[in-house]
This record gives sequence, C-alpha cells and structure tokens, in this order.
Amino acid sequence: MGFLRKVWAIVVKDVAAELHTREMVSAMLVFSVLSLLIFSFALDLRGAVARAAGPGVLWATVAFASTLGLSRSLAREQQSGCIDGLLLAPVDRSAIFFGKALGNLIFMTVVEVVLLPLFSALFDVPLLLPGVLLVVALGTLGYAAVGTLLASIAVNTRAREVMLPVLLLPLAVPLLIAAVQATGRLMEGASLGEVGGWLQLLVIYDLLVVAVSMLTYNYVVEE
Amino acid sequence: MGEKRDVLGLVLALVSAVALMAALGMVFLYAPREAAMGDVQRIFYFHVASAWVGFFAFFVTFLAGIGYLVRGERRWDILALSSVEIGLTFIAMTVITGSLWARPVWGTYWTWEPRLTISAVQLLLYVTYGMLRASVESPERKARFAAVYGIVAFVTVPLSWFAIRWWRTIHPDIMTGGEGMAFTPKMGHTLLAALLAFTLLYATLLRQRIRVERAADALARLRVQRGRLGG
Repeated sequence: MGFLRKVWAIVVKDVAAELHTREMVSAMLVFSVLSLLIFSFALDLRGAVARAAGPGVLWATVAFASTLGLSRSLAREQQSGCIDGLLLAPVDRSAIFFGKALGNLIFMTVVEVVLLPLFSALFDVPLLLPGVLLVVALGTLGYAAVGTLLASIAVNTRAREVMLPVLLLPLAVPLLIAAVQATGRLMEGASLGEVGGWLQLLVIYDLLVVAVSMLTYNYVVEE
Repeated sequence: MGEKRDVLGLVLALVSAVALMAALGMVFLYAPREAAMGDVQRIFYFHVASAWVGFFAFFVTFLAGIGYLVRGERRWDILALSSVEIGLTFIAMTVITGSLWARPVWGTYWTWEPRLTISAVQLLLYVTYGMLRASVESPERKARFAAVYGIVAFVTVPLSWFAIRWWRTIHPDIMTGGEGMAFTPKMGHTLLAALLAFTLLYATLLRQRIRVERAADALARLRVQRGRLGG
C-alpha cells in the first residue's frame, strides 16, 4: 500500500467514526455558536465594533473550538485502543500523523463552513470573500498540523484535555496574529497583494510545523 | 563514589562574579547618563543582557532536544531541562526590568509593544514546557515529549517575533538609530560588558544545575540499590 493510500485509510476511518457518533463536530459547532453568543454581549458586537473586533472574535472562536475537537480526536483514538492497532500496523509513523491531521483538518473545515456564513449574517461583516477564505484555509491547515502533534502529546499526560490548550496556544501566536491581521485587512477591502506579508507568514508557519511534526511524530507515539 | 572537585565550575563562578561586578560598575560609573530618559535608562544594559540569555537558553534547549531525540541519552535531557529553568528566570527578569523601565519612560508598566510581548510569549512557552514535564510520569517519555515540544516551540519563536514586530513599535530602536535614545560608544562598551557577564552567569548556573540533576539521578539509583539489598 502506498503512503497516500495509508494516509487516506486513516482519514476514512476517522470520518466514518465521526459520521457514526457525530460527537466531535457537533460539540465544536455548538461551542462555536455559544462562543459567538458570549462575544456578542461581552463586546456588544454591532456595526463598527463588529467590523473592528470581528476578525479577532472569529479566530478566537476557531482556535478554541478546534482545541475541543483535537483533544477528542486523539482521546478517542486512545480509549478505543485504535492507536495501538495503528502502531502495530506496518505503517510509517508520519503516515499516522498526516492521516490524523487531515482528519482534524476536515472536521475543522466542516465547522468553519457553518461558522463563516453564520458569522457574516449575525454580525453583518463581509467574511465570504475569496481572500478571507484563503486565509481561513491556511490558518486552519497550520492549526490542525501543530494541534495534532500537541494533542498526541497531551493525551499521554496526566492532565490530558487540560494540557492541550496550554501547550498549543503559545505556539499558535504567530498563526493567530497573521490570520487576524490578514482577515481584518481583507474585510476592509485590501487586495491579496496588500496582505502578502501576512499570507507569506502563514505559509511559512504551515510548512515549518508540518515539517517539524512529520520529523518528530515518530518520537511522540513511540511506546 | 567520591565527589570530585568541580574546578571548572569554581572558575566559572569566580569569573562571572568578577564580570558581573565589572558590568555593574560600568553601568553606573562608566556609561553616560542618557540625555532624554536620565538614570532610569541604565536598566537597559541588564534588560537587554537578560533578554539575550533568555533567548539563548531556549536555543540551547532546542539543540539539546534534537540531541536527545537523535542519541536518546539522559545527559541531553538534563541539558535541556537545566537551560529551560535558567532561561525562565532570565526572561522573567527581562519582562520585569522592561516594565520598570516602561513606567517612567512611557508612563505605564505594561504596553503591548512588540518586544515586550514576545518576551511574554517566551515566558509562557517556558512555563508550559515546565508544566508538560510535570504532567508526564515516565522519565523516558517525559524527556521525549519535552524534546519535541522544545523543538516545535523554538521553531515558532522567530515567527512570533516577526508577527508581533509587524504591529507598530514604540520600543527604543537602538540598532537602527531610529527614534529612541542617543547611543554613544561608551554605552556600547557597557552593553557588551553586560552581555558578557550575563552569558558567563548563564554558563555558571547551567553547570551547577546540571550537577544538581546528576546528583539527583545518582541518589535515585542509590535508593533503588538499597531497596534491592532489602533495606
């Protein structure tokens, strides 16, 4: 079986498990809506305030909701003993990483497909622009990659679910700054060229965390 | 197991003590009084020096993490752990001296200024590294996880730096000679002396911290041995 087939097999397994229970995506979705609700009265998100704070609220919601899903994704793997099966199988460890990360990327994207239109409708901000969608895609990719690596670590610690956000958020600082800045500028009508620096930063971040995760994942899941 | 005299450690301690006294003397007696900010600017020398050590210590942890993953030897883990603990102290010092400096100059203890923010991010990284270690039981797994986290965390630091920097800055920009303070050669000498002194202090502390960890390992081994003998 080729590398890509193995990755794909893991993705299919995760998606099938999720379709069966629907616990992860539904929890992330409900959490996202609740987060919007909290932000809406915490910041009184209307008019100019919504446009100024919108990008930050969006990314904070995406970051926190994704943490829930990432935690669950790896915890489920361990509770079901599935990770042991994966480790016994003649599969390269980096294939396991890509499979899990891709699965998490899909779940995060599903949540965003609902979240973005909802957000633009509720707060009357123009989010459904091609540029913003590109930023969301790049940001989600990097977050899923580094999140999968750290969730695999966190699930093996004593504090488990509590550890993931603590480990993940300081590492996500550059990604979140770049994503918030780029989203904000694009919403104000800037062209893709004008936010080129932030997009480059996102791409570099994505490449770096994917490369580092690929190289180190072996040491994370080793028994 | 006789305890050997740690000659290198002793020499390092003496040299860094002398260097620190000399740097302190230069800060107060040799460096000129800054025209706009006055004496409060003198905190700058130790502020920059501790920021340098705070960053350098993380770099050492990064290298030690790679060393551990490649070799799997305990000494690399000891190096990583020791460097993080010392780095935490110095980066905390950076944030504190930065706040003390900011108060009279900018009129506030804290501003979300790029370099102050990146120091805070780094401080948090050190803290989470420690929390991760504390949260894993098996020593071998602890070392492995810490190594991976140290590597991926260090890789994101330069990106954080760029990202935070691209916000507007009000930090005195000494290197490019932009807004900020008038930088004279004497100030340059003093800064170099402070950097050297702090780097020596880092080496001294690192050496001692490594010895402490080795002693703890040896003690643990002895306890196991006694247990086996039916103590």
